[in-house]
Amino acid sequence: MSLAVTALACARGGVPLLEGVSFALRPGAALVLRGPNGCGKTTLLRCVAGLQPALAGEIAAAPDAIAYAAHADGIKATLSVAENLRFWAAIYGTTDIETALERMNLRALADRAAQNLSAGQKRRLGLARLMVTGRPVWVLDEPTVSLDMASVALFGGVVRDHLARGGMALIATHIDLGLPEAEVLDLTPFKAQLPAAGSGDFDEAFL
Amino acid sequence: MIALLTRDLRLALRAGGGFGLGLAFFLIMAVLVPLGVGPQPATLSLIAPGILWVGALLACLLSLDRIFALDFEDGSLDLLATAPVPLEAVVTIKALAHWLTTSLPLVLISPVLGLLLFLPAEAYLWLILSLLLGTPALSVIGTFGAALTVGLKRGGLLLSLLVLPLYIPTLIFGAEVVSRGAMGLSVGTPLALLAGITAGSVAILPFASALVLRINLR
Repeated sequence: MSLAVTALACARGGVPLLEGVSFALRPGAALVLRGPNGCGKTTLLRCVAGLQPALAGEIAAAPDAIAYAAHADGIKATLSVAENLRFWAAIYGTTDIETALERMNLRALADRAAQNLSAGQKRRLGLARLMVTGRPVWVLDEPTVSLDMASVALFGGVVRDHLARGGMALIATHIDLGLPEAEVLDLTPFKAQLPAAGSGDFDEAFL
Repeated sequence: MIALLTRDLRLALRAGGGFGLGLAFFLIMAVLVPLGVGPQPATLSLIAPGILWVGALLACLLSLDRIFALDFEDGSLDLLATAPVPLEAVVTIKALAHWLTTSLPLVLISPVLGLLLFLPAEAYLWLILSLLLGTPALSVIGTFGAALTVGLKRGGLLLSLLVLPLYIPTLIFGAEVVSRGAMGLSVGTPLALLAGITAGSVAILPFASALVLRINLR
């Protein structure tokens, strides 16, 4: 049960962004991805989550191991907090939403419709979804956006507990999550060399 | 799977879910046609099968872009694509939810609207049967169109243009069943063809929809 990425290259909108990215995660480890805006953090995470194919390289992960959390939280506005969580739990074949509600400090909001939550509360709900998936590898894309300091600390604790139980986390973030033990990978050196104009494959324009 | 179906049904029924839009459209159309064409029972009963089928088809078309667009906007579609549910099943459930919330109410209300249009008495059974057999094809084909246009902003126009030609065979055979039923002729051939279209699209299109959805999510 681990995640290994070897010589990965990925592209966004037909433009290669990253190449030669390699890293490995063993149970209990976290890796923080850093890099300036537009350097390809989200693209790399979408590749790892299986949402888009890699240009080159290999991603070795156990099947059905990855839980992905994107910029958008996947929350239905007209459903309550508990209904949203219960839906994702059912999709992942788990039943326990109480722990997630408790740990992300959503207990008091459980019956409130998601449309009446603040941005930070929505984010907490989106992150609570990870806890009901029961999957070992968390792939997180800027999980702390719109969270206050207390909630960042809360989430840092949740990630640490997940790691302590043998989980793994791959996190793209700009701020300090309070995980000193996590390795940091700066993506800047892996920037893909853009192919010279006109040398590209002709049908690329139509794909 | 069941969870996805119940969630979609619940979302459709809650405020802003768009349930009833198609129904209202169908109702308005059936009420307006006699006003536009004139109240002669002979004319109306002649065109009733076609009007009812065209109305059901357009009402169905009206709600297609919601099938995936809402899930795409709030990020659920990305998360569903990485969830342990096959995308083919997600697509099928979405089509089923669309059929249950849009097409089934149309089927149920169609006899009442048939009354407004002086549909001959012997055609009612065939109207309900042909809509029951034909509307699943409309939902499944529409889901395919929605999957094709999912990432586009305001993709509704393109969606209608893509889907309408695919709807035509269903419309022709569906309306034919009702017309022939109204005239007391045998309906076996168009009914079999209608059932064939539905069976074929239900069997094949979910795979195509899942494939284009994967490409659109890249």
